[in-house]
This record gives sequence, C-alpha cells and structure tokens, in this order.
Amino acid sequence: MITKTLMIACAISILAAPMFANPLRVKIGYIHSPPEVAPTLSNLDAPAPTQGLDGVQLALDENNTTGKFLNQSYELIELDKTNPDTNGIDVIVLNMSKSDMLAFANDAGNADKILFNANLDNADLRDDKCAANLFHTLPSIAMRADALAQFGLKKKWAKWALITGPKPADREMSDALQNAARKFGINIVSQKDWTFDSDMRRNAAGEVPLFTQSFKKHDLVVIADPTNDFARYVQYNTWVPRPVAGGAGIKPVTWARSIEQYGAVQLQNRFREIAGRQMTSVDYAAWAAVRSIGEAVTRTKSTSPETIRAYMLSDEFALAGFKGRSLSYRKWNGQLRQPIALAHHDAVVAMAPLDGFLHQRNELDTLGLDKSESTCTAFEGK
Amino acid sequence: MRALAILLLTAMPLQADEVWVTNEKDDTVSVIDIETLEVTRTLEVGQRPRGITFSKDYSRLYICASDSDAVQVMDPITGKILHELPSGEDPEQFVLHPDDTHLYIANEDDAITTVVDTKTRRVIAQIDVGIEPEGMAVSPDGKIAITTSETTNMAHWINTETQEIYANTLVDQRPRHAEFAKNGTELWVSAEIGGTISIFDVASQAETAKINFAIKGVHQDRIQPVGFRLNADNTRAFVALGPSNHIAVVDAQTYEVLEYILVGRRVWHMAFNADETKLFTTNGISGDVTVIDTTTLKALKSIKVGRYPWGAAFRPTTQ
Repeated sequence: MITKTLMIACAISILAAPMFANPLRVKIGYIHSPPEVAPTLSNLDAPAPTQGLDGVQLALDENNTTGKFLNQSYELIELDKTNPDTNGIDVIVLNMSKSDMLAFANDAGNADKILFNANLDNADLRDDKCAANLFHTLPSIAMRADALAQFGLKKKWAKWALITGPKPADREMSDALQNAARKFGINIVSQKDWTFDSDMRRNAAGEVPLFTQSFKKHDLVVIADPTNDFARYVQYNTWVPRPVAGGAGIKPVTWARSIEQYGAVQLQNRFREIAGRQMTSVDYAAWAAVRSIGEAVTRTKSTSPETIRAYMLSDEFALAGFKGRSLSYRKWNGQLRQPIALAHHDAVVAMAPLDGFLHQRNELDTLGLDKSESTCTAFEGK
Repeated sequence: MRALAILLLTAMPLQADEVWVTNEKDDTVSVIDIETLEVTRTLEVGQRPRGITFSKDYSRLYICASDSDAVQVMDPITGKILHELPSGEDPEQFVLHPDDTHLYIANEDDAITTVVDTKTRRVIAQIDVGIEPEGMAVSPDGKIAITTSETTNMAHWINTETQEIYANTLVDQRPRHAEFAKNGTELWVSAEIGGTISIFDVASQAETAKINFAIKGVHQDRIQPVGFRLNADNTRAFVALGPSNHIAVVDAQTYEVLEYILVGRRVWHMAFNADETKLFTTNGISGDVTVIDTTTLKALKSIKVGRYPWGAAFRPTTQ
C-alpha cells in the first residue's frame, strides 16, 4: 500500500515535469487475421495463435513506459477484419492474408493512415504492388534470400543444389533464391522440384539419398520450403554429406530465439515474460511497427500521421532493433531495413549484411530491393 | 599494531597497482598487474558480472552479479566474497555516491533504479525509470544521480535527497553510459545506436553539444559509443566505440575527436592507472584487455582475460 502511494506520488511528480506539458494520446489499431497456414507433415512448430499480437503488446508496454516520462500514452485497439471501425485511428498494424492486406491498404478510407505489414514477406508488396500507406516491418523474402547468398559467398559455399517445393510460397522463395544467386554470383549447379506426396517421416532415409544423388558437385543444399514442410527430412539424408540451408538447417531469419547479442537478451526476456513463449519473426515485426510509432511520436512530439510518416521516412529516424545496427525505412518502398540472422535451431551463425558486402549508402541495402531495382512509385512525392 | 603490519607485509608479495575486470560470460574477475601487464589472479564471482567499482578507500569491491540478482561485496586482498547486497533484479551497472555509502544501481530487466545503503545493507529507495536502465552517474557534489535507459532513450535526473526524478531528457538511441564533467557542470551521455555523445548543461538540463564519430573504412553503423572516461583535469575523453573496435580520443573542451586507436573487438568499458598514463579497455568479443599509452595514443599490449570482459576498475596497492 505504501509503495503504491509512493509510486503514484512519483508518477505525479513525473507528469508535473514542465518540459513535456502537452499530453499526447495515440491509438494503435491491430487487425489479427493471420492467413491460413498450409498443413505440414510435422506439426512440431505450429504457430502460436497470438503470434503478432504479443509483439504489439510488448511494444505498447515499452512505448507507455517511455510515454509516462513524456506525458504520452498509447492504446491498443483490436479491430475486426470484416468490419473494422478505424475512426480516429491513424496507425494500424496488419497481420492478414495478402489479398486482404491489399484490399485494406487500397481502400480509399485508409489512404491517409499509416499501415504496417507485420506478417507477409512477398516481394511484390514492396515492388509493383506497393501501396503508399503500407510500411513493411517484416523483411521481404528477397532480403532473406540475399542474406543466404552473402553467407554462401562468404563461406565459399558458392555451388548450390536447389530444391523447390510445390506450394506458391515455395515458388516465391525459389525465385528469390535464384535472384539472389544471380545478384551475388552464386552458381546453382542443379535444381529439382520436390514432388513427393508420401509421408517423409517414414521413408526419408530411403528416398532422399536417391533424390539428391543426381546433383552435380555442390557445396550447399538450399531448399525453398519456407514452412519447413519437407526440408527437415532432407537434412542428414542427402547422398553426399552437405550442409542444408533455407527451409531447414541454416535459415535466413528475421528473428530467432538464438539472437542474444546487441542487448537482444533483454528483449527476448521481456517477450517471454508477457507471452510465455519464444518471440517469432512476426512478433518481432509487429513489435518493430509499434516501436517505430513510439519513436516517431517521441521525437516529433506529434500524433499527426503526416508528421509521423515524414519523420519515419527521414534520415533522422532510427530504431534500436536489437540487431546491432540502427533500423530505418527505405524511402522508395517503406521497407524497414534490418540485418538478417543466419541461424540454425540453436545458434546464430552469422548476421547479414556480412563483412565485405558494401553499399554506397547503407550496407543494409545490400539486402532486398535497392532503390534502383524497385519499381514501387507510390512512395515518391508522398 | 606494528607486528600486524609487518605480518601483513611479509604475507603479501610486493604488489603493483591493479586493474580489475569483470568477465561477463565466465562469472569471474581478472586482476591485472599494471607493471607486468599480466593477469595475476582470476576470482570466482556471481553470475554474469558486469558493473564493478571500489569503495573510496579501496577496501571493498562491489560487483554487479546480474544473473545472481545481487551486488557482491568482496575483500580485494583475500578475493573472498564477504556478503551480498540487495540490489533489485538484474543489476547491470551502478555508481557509488560520494558519501561512500549509497550505491545507485540500474536494474536492467525491471526498469528501476535501486538505491542501497552499503552499511545497513538495506534498499532505501526504488525509482521507476525507463526500460533497460544502464548508465549511472552521480554529480561530484552528490546532489544529482543519473540513470540512462536504453530502450526509452532518456537520461533521468534524480534528486538524491528525495530520491525522485526531477527531469527527463531525451538522448539518441540506446544510451549506454553517463559521466559528469567539469566539476559537475556538464553531463555526458553516450548513445550506442545513435552513434553520439550528447553533452548537457547540468543547471538547465539543456543539450549544449553533440560529439559525432567517423572512422575511415568503418561503416557508420558499426561506430557505437558505449563506455567512456574523462581524465582528471577534464581535458580529454576516451570513448569506447563498441564493434568498430576503436577508442576515440576527444578534446573535452572543443569536443573534437583527435584520434582513433585500434583495440580489441567490441570495446566496452575502461579504466586509467593512477597517473593516467595508461588506459585499460575491455574488449568483449576478443576476450582481452588492450593497454593504451595515453601520451603517444598507441596500443601497447593485449592481455587475455576471461570471456566477455565488461567492466574495469583501478585499484592502487601503494599509498
């Protein structure tokens, strides 16, 4: 009781600080409608139903802790996908299917809002299908594929055998990997489509060696299987002993439990405390979206979406994202530039951009669509 | 009395001054003899030791054992832990008040600054601060304590009489370390991700200057100011620039960077020797301590210590 009174007294004295007299109230909307996940052979890693939401919640808590010293407060409004009442909400974090997200972003009523894509890695959303109001805190598949190509080159594992799964997302990842290979001079010596429809949990040891026997001399088996449906059964079953990357083995990831450097342990601990599980890439992207708003509001002392947007796209914006470098938004497509971890289940092997991959403006722009490559025009002049 | 002194003298070999270094991932403290530049002792301490400081008479060593949730008090002569102080959860960094009694401790996981009386071993205050408090400083007159919070990006100004925050100032991203300078008229705060040191006028809490860093051939993102120290006459500051593996030498009057010195990997904190002719920097990733000649501004030697050396504190052994 005494401590509580003391804390209230403390809080009042903080609020009474004369420097930050103007109270700012920020409503942050969140639409939780994650797309259906395709079934996988093994269900060991089923995504948590609150993935994304927990990331939003953590960042909201952090914004409010900072806010209490500045007389700012942040409120989470969970919106219904089918009939969202977005009145008075200028910032909305989206966790939804691609068709839903495109429809939402292109809805005239949302034109002046700041939207965040926290769950989709599709290349076209940052390219020809980009929308001026849609920022992306999750890295694109291209950024992750480029990270793996940098790693391959750095390790001199530059001859790849590529296996592509049957799902559309597998195809997209395969395309991104092939683009990355072209961009960085990786030689894809063999390519095969994964066509098995049997349960590999029973016969991987018999099938996979034969499937991989015909590969030309390669350093790395790269598997375009983002959901790790079958990649996990390829690992350790290949004809020749080779490391596996992509869907299993070394994965290029936005976030992983093994990221501990750069103060990340603190973020991981805070997340586990509120969510009771490990932070995922979608949680991280949702967290980064809400923290970006906190950062912009704190620095501009404004809640106007135009001011926030302009600040987020300016050179002044910097988000400390626990990845060892300051994160910022690409002016040409609203993508949050960030390092990509190359991690296996138990440890981070490397962080891309790797040493030696240089760029005239920002080394982080060696990952994903650079200014000259992006066909996104929506952001220009906004 | 005399017999005791003689006994003590004969019991101990003649010693040179020392630099004590916490090894975050080894749960040890390495003691470096600054004459021979060798590690003479490695002492077991609590889990994840980070902040390290001596009492004013150097008879007690305080260690933040972060994962043991305690500040340990060690007798530096015997190397034995005498007792632990309540510290709040996850103490990372602390500062000893000029009264030699009150420790101001940053509790990284709890967004709290804890004030502990080292004599009664009691917590006398806990102050709500921003997320991930780290940098701690006390003004020379003892009236102001500073906590910087890494994720909230602020310096919190604490009145040490009331133990309450009286001002908050925004700094650049991920503030890491704070020091008072020039008889307490200036406050310096480093920002790791912002890549800067901000200088505040203490009377008005207004930012008056900002130091930027640029090293040829090193990307700006890798230049991350963390720990720093000013020399006694406050003419120079030495700034650890983290993963850029350099120490910057700054003219503390003009705020110009004079020199960059290559040291070990991920340089974090540092300590001077008695006459400030040498500087000892902790290099986390390479697991060593670089010794810098502060006159020639050249690195003299690397001394292997434990894994992830973090903090450093000087201890004179000769009076």
